[in-house]
Amino acid sequence: MNTDGHILSAFDRDLETIQALIMKMGGLVEVATLDAARALETRDEDLARLVRDSDGAIDALEAQVNDEVARIIALRAPTAGDLRTVLTVLKIAGSLERMGDYAKNIAKRSGVLAQFTPIEGAAGTIRRMAKQVEQMLKDALDAYIRRDAVLATDVRARDREVDQIYNSLFRVLLTHMLEDPRNITACMHLHFIAKNIERMGDHATTISEQVIYLVTGSMPEEARPKDDRTPYVASPKS
Amino acid sequence: MNDMRLTERAVNAERTKIAARGVQVHYGQTHALKDVDVDILDHTVTAFIGPSGCGKSTFLRCLNRMNDTISVCRVTGDIRLDGEDIYDRRIDPVQLRAKVGMVFQKPNPFPKSIYDNVAYGPRIHGLARNKAELDEIVETSLRRAALWNEVKDRLAAPGTGLSGGQQQRLCIARAVATSPEVLLMDEPCSALDPIATAQVEELIDELRANFSVVIVTHSMQQAARVSQRTAFFHLGHLVEYGDTTQIFTKPSDPRTESYITGRIG
Amino acid sequence: MTDATAPKSLLAQDVRTRRRNAAEARFQAYGIVAISISLGMLAIMLWTIFSDGVSAFRQTTFSFPVTLEAERLDPKGNRIRDEMAKVTTIGYTNLLNASFKAHLEARGIPFEGVDDKALAAFISRDTPARVRDMVLADPAMIGQTVTVTGFTTGRIDGYFKGRVTRETAAVDTNISAAQLDLADRLVDAGIMRTGFNWQFFTNPDASDQRPEASGLGVAIIGSAYMMILVALFVLPVGVAASIYLEEFAPKNRWTDLIEVNISNLAAVPSIVFGILGLAVFINFAAFPQSSPLVGALVLTLMTLPTIIIATRAAIRAVPPSIRDAALGVGASKMQMVFHHVLPLAAPGILTGTILGLASALGETAPLLLIGMVAFVANYPAGPFEGGFLDPASALPVQVYSWASRADPAFIERSSGAIIVLLAFLLVMNILAIVLRRRFERRW
Repeated sequence: MNTDGHILSAFDRDLETIQALIMKMGGLVEVATLDAARALETRDEDLARLVRDSDGAIDALEAQVNDEVARIIALRAPTAGDLRTVLTVLKIAGSLERMGDYAKNIAKRSGVLAQFTPIEGAAGTIRRMAKQVEQMLKDALDAYIRRDAVLATDVRARDREVDQIYNSLFRVLLTHMLEDPRNITACMHLHFIAKNIERMGDHATTISEQVIYLVTGSMPEEARPKDDRTPYVASPKS
Repeated sequence: MNDMRLTERAVNAERTKIAARGVQVHYGQTHALKDVDVDILDHTVTAFIGPSGCGKSTFLRCLNRMNDTISVCRVTGDIRLDGEDIYDRRIDPVQLRAKVGMVFQKPNPFPKSIYDNVAYGPRIHGLARNKAELDEIVETSLRRAALWNEVKDRLAAPGTGLSGGQQQRLCIARAVATSPEVLLMDEPCSALDPIATAQVEELIDELRANFSVVIVTHSMQQAARVSQRTAFFHLGHLVEYGDTTQIFTKPSDPRTESYITGRIG
Repeated sequence: MTDATAPKSLLAQDVRTRRRNAAEARFQAYGIVAISISLGMLAIMLWTIFSDGVSAFRQTTFSFPVTLEAERLDPKGNRIRDEMAKVTTIGYTNLLNASFKAHLEARGIPFEGVDDKALAAFISRDTPARVRDMVLADPAMIGQTVTVTGFTTGRIDGYFKGRVTRETAAVDTNISAAQLDLADRLVDAGIMRTGFNWQFFTNPDASDQRPEASGLGVAIIGSAYMMILVALFVLPVGVAASIYLEEFAPKNRWTDLIEVNISNLAAVPSIVFGILGLAVFINFAAFPQSSPLVGALVLTLMTLPTIIIATRAAIRAVPPSIRDAALGVGASKMQMVFHHVLPLAAPGILTGTILGLASALGETAPLLLIGMVAFVANYPAGPFEGGFLDPASALPVQVYSWASRADPAFIERSSGAIIVLLAFLLVMNILAIVLRRRFERRW
């Protein structure tokens, strides 16, 4: 990547603006993710409401990014690195918006879960998962700002850990449901929450892949490291 | 050539038409072109881009020896058209230029009728045995230049009376009339308005079916729009040469990136 | 904040603007004054020439019947031309004088105070010579009575043009008031009248004694011959040289030198070309003196640099894009020049050539040196009968030679010749302008 300024400095300001918007979005998503997990663990309904409300801001930012990107493409006709910057901004904004939605969904479910007996260990695991995903997102965004493909590759590899946590939680929840059918409602909600966080990890991975594309000009060749084995699970022991 | 564009005109463009190796051009004391190696493919639009004075027009003019008319200009190296060295002593530039046609920056029709403009090349090269054949060449050339329908009723009108875009297409028809194999275009749209530019660009894409087209342009967007291969020249060097898509999405040389994203002039 | 940033109304002009406007107005005024002065000078010049010269186009003639008496004109009575030629113009003069006197007596026109000699002064010395030529050409005329028409002498003619008045006649021994009275009476009687002088254009030059008979015939033919020859010589040579220098010659020190020399040649005083012509064409090549051929050669040398400069400018004005276009479709250099450059440069070349010819037409100095100022009373032969080698005069030279003669009648003719010359120049310049307008092409 070339770091010299454009001859047309307004172009530089445009590119900086959309990247700053992404960073702002990323910050909001990180906070929302952690807060949602914390609200679940501490059964803090106020915090959950806060998370639900913050999603509006994230959506608004995404809309703003879309408008800015459309304007830059129309007016500046970006090429090469600039083109990749603009394209990745667009896709990252989309991913962040989805992550924001998942956080909102977690916060919603946490309100329902508060009416049930807590499932032992689940909330803590979910918080760990959320922390892990938040860290991935943070690193992916750092890699983006620093144009650091190595860090991005590392982030991409870490999605595997999230999948593994999700796998074990899946089995735990399955066990709880088999033991006591009264747990089913809570466990279903918890499972959806875990699945949401697992999806958030996938989006963080997508973002890091965008960073790799931004830096190298091509998507990573090797397949995305996946360790979600739940599609093949027939019983908690299998 | 493995161009990823799905809507690309399907033509066989595997063969190398012009091969240049180690081309150096000196203008008196100035070293205008340094060690240029390029393979120009048949049935392909090749764009030369680069800042002013980078040597792209100079190189273009080497390809049909138009530089011969400049006394201080000295060309060394090897340029082969279909394997024949065009700077060989036995090669007459006049014959070469019938085979490698040229279209210039400013539309420059002769101040004669539209018909005579197109017929001039075939006449001096003796390509038509009689009037009927000449008429046919003129019509075919004007059709190829997408101008026939606009001018068929006024072939006797002066070529200079046409609009800028029509004049440039007339010049293309004139170049096409000698049945060249390569068409060189030196910034053919720089004097035209956007609509005329679009018409000429569309024409260039159509011409690719029959000719190998080399276009020098200052407009990177134009290079991106019309070409399949792009060469970037900078300070007399050929910095990068590759598929247009690759040049415009992930150029491998930082100088190319800087130029096409608007960071160096 | 200071005043500098305070908003100023555009309705009020500041000091600088007013000063600049004033300077501009002054400059325009200087220009108008300069143009007025030059126009005034031109007007004065034209007024002088025309006031002096217009009268040259009118001439007073007389006509009266003369009986060609056989005993005077053919004393032997055998109508043999060679015998008759022994009667000189003096014999004819006497006959005309006697006939004139007899006619006055017959018409009852009094001529007291005018003796025979003064009476004879009415008839130009040109007339007896012409009558003699007429009679020798057709001896059968002898014995018949014919009406003889001829010029009156310069002084009587001058009286009708206002050049000679009774005041000047009082101090002039050559003319008396009685002669002027008689002249008035002759006009009243219809014997003498003033009309348009066609012979000014057709007659050859005449000697000092008979200015009234002189004309521009030989000078016009000489000038026309020279212009034809100059055009024939200068166009091919000049155009060829220009094309070579402009399109083919390599740019090196030699061509630079040639270029500088051509520019310098254009500035060489024309009399130097006269010396050159004298040395080369007359002394060395032994061409006949005073001939249009030699004059044309000298004028060609003189005009060539001008034509080359004009032609090169015209060739250079053809846009290079046309050359590129021709070369681009595979024309050879020569095809490029002859198919495209030359046709486009032709109006410019023609204009330059015509202007060059016009300046050659007005050139005097070099012609003086090659003997074209000599008195030439005979017409040169036709262009295909060796006329280019016959002695001839030229318009500007005729102006010069008339202006240097004593008789005031020649001054009038000199100005008249200038008017003719100016008319020719005007026609050529208009032709050049028309050609340029007609064929000029813009890119």
